[in-house]
Amino acid sequence: MFFPISGAHISPIYLATIGFVIGILGGFFGVGGSFIAGPALRVVGLDWNFAVGTDLAHIVGKSVVAVRQHRAFGNVDLRLGLFMAIGTIAGAEVGAQLIQILKRAGNVNLVVSIVSIAVYLSISTFMIWESRKTLSQARLAGGTIKGAKAKDDPSAFKHVTSGIQALKMWPMIKLPASGVTISLWIILLVAFVGGFFSGFLGGGAGYIRMPSMVYVLGIPTHLAVGTDLFEIIISASYGTFTHAVKGNVDILIALVMHTGAAIGAQIGAISTQYFAGPKIRLAFVPLPLIGAAIVVYTLMTGHKL
Amino acid sequence: MKKETAKTLRAFAIELVIYSVLVVAYFFLVLHFLGEGLQRIAQTHRYAYAGLAILLMIGQAVLLQTVTTLLLRLIRRAE
Repeated sequence: MFFPISGAHISPIYLATIGFVIGILGGFFGVGGSFIAGPALRVVGLDWNFAVGTDLAHIVGKSVVAVRQHRAFGNVDLRLGLFMAIGTIAGAEVGAQLIQILKRAGNVNLVVSIVSIAVYLSISTFMIWESRKTLSQARLAGGTIKGAKAKDDPSAFKHVTSGIQALKMWPMIKLPASGVTISLWIILLVAFVGGFFSGFLGGGAGYIRMPSMVYVLGIPTHLAVGTDLFEIIISASYGTFTHAVKGNVDILIALVMHTGAAIGAQIGAISTQYFAGPKIRLAFVPLPLIGAAIVVYTLMTGHKL
Repeated sequence: MKKETAKTLRAFAIELVIYSVLVVAYFFLVLHFLGEGLQRIAQTHRYAYAGLAILLMIGQAVLLQTVTTLLLRLIRRAE
């Protein structure tokens, strides 16, 4: 099928299938899935600038579907999502500016690659340690971890999270949906860091934001997934608009991808209801590792996926 | 419980088949008519194209979710 805006010939079945796979991952883990969509679009010959912009547009649609589904389960904290969107957009701008500075210094690729590998590996290592410890503690205590409805999401890192929540820095924000009261500055800081990595490393940085919401803010995993997706709608819409103005979005490709993503995102969102928080976090571990593997491949071969 | 799971899976498989037919029709009809118009706007009115892109994406998301929910409800009722 010919897509006149980007001038690319791509099979619509391929696009819908890629969308379907990313939709499941997005609905289940609350991530945008750029680490798969970007390379998948590049492989079929789409220019890098179009791959980035078009992927963002498709993320908007997929996240709308997943958020509507998560909202029906009570897994979206709209208040938190709106606060986080402010920090994310500010962080993304700073991250993008840093990229420009590194570009002028001439060593952008190496710095970004090393930072991203370190970040991906740290997240995976930490999450595998925490989720396994939480699951084994729950087993030792003789209790089973309830899935879907469990607002009290057990975590081996809870003592640190409670300490962060106890920091009384005005203004304190009450988040009734998540059952958390926390300083606005901590919310903005977490969102800013996520946005910074989004602008610095590319993609939506859900692999950083979702774990940060669980471990730093103390948001239950199911709510972190739904709220992250809601926040992604706002930040990805902003990204889509700026990329579209620069001529980097082929909306026809995004619409076709989204036909698969729409159904995949619903399956992913519904599936979260059958898994406990620590199990979702344990299943999340391979995602940053895939991201790290792609960066290592790019460094070794020189081909940007 | 197992019976319920099997029922859900069957309903989902039927939904997937109907959805695929609708999506293929969508590829050939809607995108064919949208293509030229969108390309023209993308070349001449960048800001309008950017706004339209987001609206189309959100519109399609809401529409497809409504279609899939409706399909599933109809299939469940027929069973």
